[in-house]
Amino acid sequence: MSDDAVSPEEVRHVAELARVGLADDEVDQFTRQFADILEYFETLDEVPEVDREADLTNVMRPDEVRDSLERETALENASETEDGYFKGPNVS
Amino acid sequence: MADDIFITEETIEGADDGPLAGTTVAVKDNISTEGVRTTCGSRMLEEYVPPYDATVVTRLKEAGATIVGKSNMDEFGMGTTTETSYFGSTDNPAAPGHVPGGSSGGSAAAVAAGEADVALGSDTGGSIRCPAAFCGVVGIKPTYGLVSRYGLVAYGNSLEQIGPFGETVEDAAQLLDVIAGSDERDATTREAPTDGDSSYADAATGDVDGLTIGVPTELLEGADEGVVETFWDAIADLEAQGATYHDVSLPSVEHAVEAYYVIAMSEASSNLARFDGVRYGHDADADGNWNDAFAQTREDGFGDEVKRRILLGTYALSAGYHDKYYKKAQDARAWVKQDFDEALAEADVLASPTMPVPPFELGESLDDPLQMYLADANTVPVNLADLPAISVPAGETDGLPVGLQFIGPAFGEARLIRAGSALE
Repeated sequence: MSDDAVSPEEVRHVAELARVGLADDEVDQFTRQFADILEYFETLDEVPEVDREADLTNVMRPDEVRDSLERETALENASETEDGYFKGPNVS
Repeated sequence: MADDIFITEETIEGADDGPLAGTTVAVKDNISTEGVRTTCGSRMLEEYVPPYDATVVTRLKEAGATIVGKSNMDEFGMGTTTETSYFGSTDNPAAPGHVPGGSSGGSAAAVAAGEADVALGSDTGGSIRCPAAFCGVVGIKPTYGLVSRYGLVAYGNSLEQIGPFGETVEDAAQLLDVIAGSDERDATTREAPTDGDSSYADAATGDVDGLTIGVPTELLEGADEGVVETFWDAIADLEAQGATYHDVSLPSVEHAVEAYYVIAMSEASSNLARFDGVRYGHDADADGNWNDAFAQTREDGFGDEVKRRILLGTYALSAGYHDKYYKKAQDARAWVKQDFDEALAEADVLASPTMPVPPFELGESLDDPLQMYLADANTVPVNLADLPAISVPAGETDGLPVGLQFIGPAFGEARLIRAGSALE
């Protein structure tokens, strides 16, 4: 296992950044698995720097008003709404 | 009927006539169908009913197809066996007791079991070709940009394409004719350079006289012996029909799996940030502030493999690691593209076993994620290079289906269809 192997604290930190709650046994399991997977990803170090010739063009359209979903339709899948708006949890 | 091929069985009738009139289609459950729930194989979207159709669904309806159901899949397309589905696993109709492959396992199984004439899947790193190989049917991963992704629930947008399954190459090609073409709702689509008026289905002539086939030696290394034997038998069959083959080397593909997973996980961590339980999807209705509530909703709503990929993607993109993982993975991606360009300058198509192994037994392989990722070694390079590929049945080993993959130049689908149809 490399020195960079991930610690349980790091798994908790990343889970917090990603807003994914984890049970304690999941933290243990992921810590073990991430060590293996990240060690495997280390082999990317052997990849040479490569000239990337991206042959890309931007695709734009005029900024014109178009039909979109009706408000009611857009809200149909929301668990909570109020006065035609999505209602989320308290911010703080 | 076979077990758990569909998550939702519901009939959606298309137009009265059209090229697919009388044809039944299974649609992978990450492709939006207006008014019919679209779960992505996840508890998160167990009750999500899209308010609009994906472009490919609109095109199916206009072509007169009858959609018969939404097929099972690995959760959000993340898996190689269809076992990460929240709705349970799917048996392989061609090899009972084995997985159908994934992530589009339900779609391949629907065609193999005769539950649908053809099917749509999506392929981010092999999710059409793997189940096609495991279920003994035909699957096509189109060139990036040939088919609209509008209405496909995103996992790794820079890699994925919707594509067809069929029992024959011609059936799959006919479905590709219907779904291909640019779409103003997906700015990454392009109109394919046309080859006169001929359709993809017309290309299924079986004529491989004079075809040059490059065989990347790296894609045979480490493969199961029976799979390799079946592969060479198929190549010999093509030679007998006038094709020639030569070895080619693609040194970059040794790094394709890690590059693919870094890029796919990074894109997944960003794409799946939208599932917060507010606008759609599971809502844990937890106490606490915004962050606590989101974390609880996502803890309940996502399965292990999805959490794993979101966390690893978040890690790979986080400060201090971005250059080490993401930037190197993009270098590897560019290198893979260059290797394919060079190999395809010397050969009409490249060929390899689609999967290095025959289908796993159900339940065999869930505990070790890294081993599962390595099974994608032959399919992920194609997505990194944005190229088209087809998987066609090549025979069996110990009674289990083996698929052969042809890879072609960008927008070279007709050539792949011609080559694939020679093995039928």
